[in-house]
Amino acid sequence: MHNNIKMKAENVDFFYGPRQALKDINLDICEKRVTAIIGPSGCGKSTFIRLLNRMNELIPNTSLKGRILLDGEDIFGQQVDAVGIRRRVGMVFQKPNPFPKSIFENVSYGLHVNGVKDKKLIEKKVVSSLEKAALWDDIKDRLHESALKLSGGQQQRLCIARCLAVEPEVLLFDEPCASLDPISTGKIEELIMELKKYYTIVIVTHNMQQAARISDHTAFFLLGELIEMGKTQDIFTAPKDKRTEDYITGRFG
Amino acid sequence: MARIKEKAYEWVFTALAFSSLIFLVGIVIVLFKEGFPIFKAVKAGDFLFGRFWYPTYEPPEFGIFPLILASFWVTLGALLVCVPLGVGSALYLNEMASFRQRSVLKPMVEILASIPSVVYGFFGMMIVAPVLQDLLHIPTGLCAFSASLVLGIMATPTVCSIAEDALSYVPKSFREASFAVGANRWQTLTKVVIPAAGSGISTAIILGMSRAVGETMTVLMVAGGSAVIPKSIFDPVRPMTSAIAAEMGEAPMGSMHYHSLFAIALILFLITFAFNIAAEIISRRFRIKLGHSG
Ligand SMILES: Nc1ncnc2c1ncn2[C@@H]1O[C@H](COP(=O)(O)OP(=O)(O)O)[C@@H](O)[C@H]1O
Ligand SMILES: [Mg+2]
Repeated sequence: MHNNIKMKAENVDFFYGPRQALKDINLDICEKRVTAIIGPSGCGKSTFIRLLNRMNELIPNTSLKGRILLDGEDIFGQQVDAVGIRRRVGMVFQKPNPFPKSIFENVSYGLHVNGVKDKKLIEKKVVSSLEKAALWDDIKDRLHESALKLSGGQQQRLCIARCLAVEPEVLLFDEPCASLDPISTGKIEELIMELKKYYTIVIVTHNMQQAARISDHTAFFLLGELIEMGKTQDIFTAPKDKRTEDYITGRFG
Repeated sequence: MARIKEKAYEWVFTALAFSSLIFLVGIVIVLFKEGFPIFKAVKAGDFLFGRFWYPTYEPPEFGIFPLILASFWVTLGALLVCVPLGVGSALYLNEMASFRQRSVLKPMVEILASIPSVVYGFFGMMIVAPVLQDLLHIPTGLCAFSASLVLGIMATPTVCSIAEDALSYVPKSFREASFAVGANRWQTLTKVVIPAAGSGISTAIILGMSRAVGETMTVLMVAGGSAVIPKSIFDPVRPMTSAIAAEMGEAPMGSMHYHSLFAIALILFLITFAFNIAAEIISRRFRIKLGHSG
């Protein structure tokens, strides 16, 4: 099995004001694989994943050193438009955040803002996105009801569908199951396993079993540093670094 | 002992809570009792739609249509000023201002909202009206237009402050979700943030409107005071509030004039009451829409 590198972090430092949140991160993300990022709270997992689609630049007073490449091109380059990057690199958040609009409008939103006008095409993409997000069967009769009536797990799958509609290449998940019950969590995990056939996936998780179950590669962060990265199996069975071992055996965190 | 104390507290607070209700009911009763006798002398239709307000002539005429029209025009004009200014500045504060700018400007807006209306009235009389008179060569600058302008400026901070609150209640996660699918700032603002804050912004507008309708001092000082049906926005007018304030002192107690002023107050009360109920209903719907309970 060959691993094409889809995204790459090169010597990345990141600062909130004077405070350094990431220190010299070097990390490869392989195409059509699931890369898990694990580590204790506050170690910079969210900060890192939010760099991959340039979400962090919405926070004032932050600065970045180093480069982040998507297909070999620096996403922070002079000519590059953040909006275009976010279209290619979608993101699903910790807490499901559907808009207070109908299910249909939630999914079609990304198409509208990206200038798709053809009603037939929009309808087609909404349906196929909902199918890909394994939500279609649950809600096909109530497309025009408020998205806020859905359960938490359904809302999260709706947010996934909303991302899929704009046909991104990379999907970022920041603790997508943190607010869900075990059954909904199982469904999301199944979905991620399915989606990795078509998309490159990065998932931040607090839950080590989850990382072990669904990811191909795992990166362990601690205090803003990347301690170790490798095949998930290797990280969980034969970690090279003592701190990784301590973390995955539950000695801290 | 502790139980008795607890009971006592409960009673005190219940009584306090009910006292405001009692005041409200008391006001309504007085307005009805003092306002109603006018309808024995004048038919309700003639009162509301009569074109002549000559309460002190012999025989008197009690048609408040000129006063209603004056209130309506002045309020509408004020809205044309305070809605774009208030909502626009709220958007600026919430979306564009840096943290430091906002932390200076927001308290300033709140101070502006608490300036007594007589100060605005003075500003209108001494500055707006003379300038307008010179500029447009009209007989007097004290007219519906000046009153609208001053009232509008006066209501702007109220509208801005409430609209800004509504915008800041829109969860950050909505914005993030919008950016994450490749929307730009303008799209995020117009398609997500403003619709989500829409009912809050409507509440702001209604409360601004209710402030403009009910305002007395400013219009008394600036609107010109003429109780005839205005032909242009540069005519002097006498809105309902001004009529009450200006005439209550000279109307003999118990006379028809006196009762007619109470009837005007009753109508005014019903109008502002309706505005406030509407604002409450809309803001409640808004909270439900954003997924907060209550
Ligand atoms: N918006 C922010 N402003 C300032 N500091 C922040 C901000 N977000 C996160 N941080 C800090 O950066 C560090 C990493 O946070 P984060 O990336 O959220 O960690 P994790 O997702 O691993 O829990 C923490 O110390 C946190 O306090
Ligand atoms: Mg986090």
